Amino acid sequence: MAWELKNMRPGYGEALKELGKRYSQVVALNADLSGSTQMAQFGDDFPERFFNVGIAEQNMMGISAGLATTGKIVFASTFAMFATGRAYDQIRQSIAYPKLNVKIVATHAGITVGGDGASHQMHEDLALMRVIPHMTVIAPADYYETKSVIMKIAETPGPFYVRLGRTNTPVIYDENHEFRIGVADTLRDGDDVTIIAMGLMVSKALEAAKVLKKEDISTRVINMSSIKPIDKSSIIKAARDTGAIVTAEEHNMIVGMGSAVAEVLVDSSPVPQSRVGIPNVFGESGESEELMEAYGLKVNHLVEKAKYTVSMKR
Amino acid sequence: MLLAFDRNDYWSDLESSIPTLTPITVEARRWIVKMIHAARSGHPGGSLSTVEVLTALYYKVMRHDPENPTWPDRDRFVLSKGHGAPALYATLAMCGYFETEELMTLRQLGSRLQGHPSMNKTPGVDMSTGSLGQGLSIAIGMALGARLDRKDYRVYCMLGDGEIQEGQIWEAAMAAAHYKVDNLCAILDRNQLQIDGPTENIMSLSPIYSKFKAFGWHVIEINGHDLKEILLAFKEASRIHGKPTIIIANTVKGKGVSFMEGSLKFHGKAPSDEELKQALDELGGDI
Repeated sequence: MAWELKNMRPGYGEALKELGKRYSQVVALNADLSGSTQMAQFGDDFPERFFNVGIAEQNMMGISAGLATTGKIVFASTFAMFATGRAYDQIRQSIAYPKLNVKIVATHAGITVGGDGASHQMHEDLALMRVIPHMTVIAPADYYETKSVIMKIAETPGPFYVRLGRTNTPVIYDENHEFRIGVADTLRDGDDVTIIAMGLMVSKALEAAKVLKKEDISTRVINMSSIKPIDKSSIIKAARDTGAIVTAEEHNMIVGMGSAVAEVLVDSSPVPQSRVGIPNVFGESGESEELMEAYGLKVNHLVEKAKYTVSMKR
Repeated sequence: MLLAFDRNDYWSDLESSIPTLTPITVEARRWIVKMIHAARSGHPGGSLSTVEVLTALYYKVMRHDPENPTWPDRDRFVLSKGHGAPALYATLAMCGYFETEELMTLRQLGSRLQGHPSMNKTPGVDMSTGSLGQGLSIAIGMALGARLDRKDYRVYCMLGDGEIQEGQIWEAAMAAAHYKVDNLCAILDRNQLQIDGPTENIMSLSPIYSKFKAFGWHVIEINGHDLKEILLAFKEASRIHGKPTIIIANTVKGKGVSFMEGSLKFHGKAPSDEELKQALDELGGDI
């Protein structure tokens, strides 16, 4: 299947620049990764509202919180590893607890960071952010959804965590796509099994659905970009309609999106569920595609899990 | 009491205001020991050491309005050493942000007065703190916000001395000088003790003066219980351009209560019934 590939990060950079034009209250902070996170364009256009604090993520989160108390709409960016790991307590104490209007947009999440290896491959960020009260957590599926997410969160008060990857990602949507907080997007209908995916796993799920169709398994595909709040009704409906759920995420299987789905199912309509994701291990260097294969994130892995989950149905 | 004032002449009656401030410090100390006694937990030592600075700020230095706690033009105060909350609550209540009777609800389930400051619960609290080392970064953000909005409010941030062992303080110290936030004034409550012992034994901080100087700050060192020195230091800070100021306020932990002064035991322990009585006897005053 030939996908058009487009990086999510320019979607962020372009949206942020547009927000800078639209709202004088938008300010942006970075910790020496303004080029990689695509915040540099905003900095060029609005130098007075851009603060590169150097390699000091904890301080960046604190200054972001302080600016938010004065009515600013604050975007803070660095790599997912440093945003959520290095500055966890600052996010918890100074941003989430006081419910301040800080949008943490982290790039380079997941195993597909590639060559940099385990120190930079963040598989735990969703777990860390999901568990913090007041925090909204979003993982867009592609370039267009990223743009829509960024525009939407700027207009929604409160703390947000947005997770972006490094690599080029298959284009799922077009410029008319409108992301809604707490609403999942059903991309393909089906009766036998549902694959709930996020980020670059959404395209893999759509490919898996085509493979499964050849084996007479009708597969629903849902893009669960709003991880918290999660769209409970679409999960429950998928459980009732298809009776089997597979989740697919480029994240540690512990306390990631799959766990969030499982929490909904166990409370309301338990059905067989399988999770595709990264096991509880550190990553390693390699090419993105090689790593996806090595860590079980390819289409064939999804197909196998889907068939297994269907077989578990009573 | 007029708490909002014309910034141009608010230093004019500086020395003459001291006799009116002294009784306020006594009242604040009485509330601090009473509320911590009632709560049966809390941090008397590091609350009592901050009283003169807080009194000077809220009764003389800061532009604020208890009738309008979120007034956009107000000066801000960040209690980075959040465990000093009882001193802040006493000061806010006495200024009129809420009734002083409410002080006795400190740390109770459902109270607006949390063990550490919470900006969304307590009127007058400008930032939620408690996890040490974070307040200076917040204060920089507030100061930059004033600059972006072309507002003239000032930001005050009180740090504990043990607290500056946190690395984030030095990230912030670097950034404050880099951004030249001269509307930011930090106060270091230099009471020499942290929970496990003297700061210089646990992890030495000296020389604090030259450390901040080297980071590009204007540094003033004073007796943190002398109201005149405190007021003069804030006046000096307000006239410094192009760099942030830190006031190193040399204080005594537990100040004002003999058996709490310099006592490690009262870093984080409430007084017993007898200790409360003795403390109130020593403090004098009549509330």
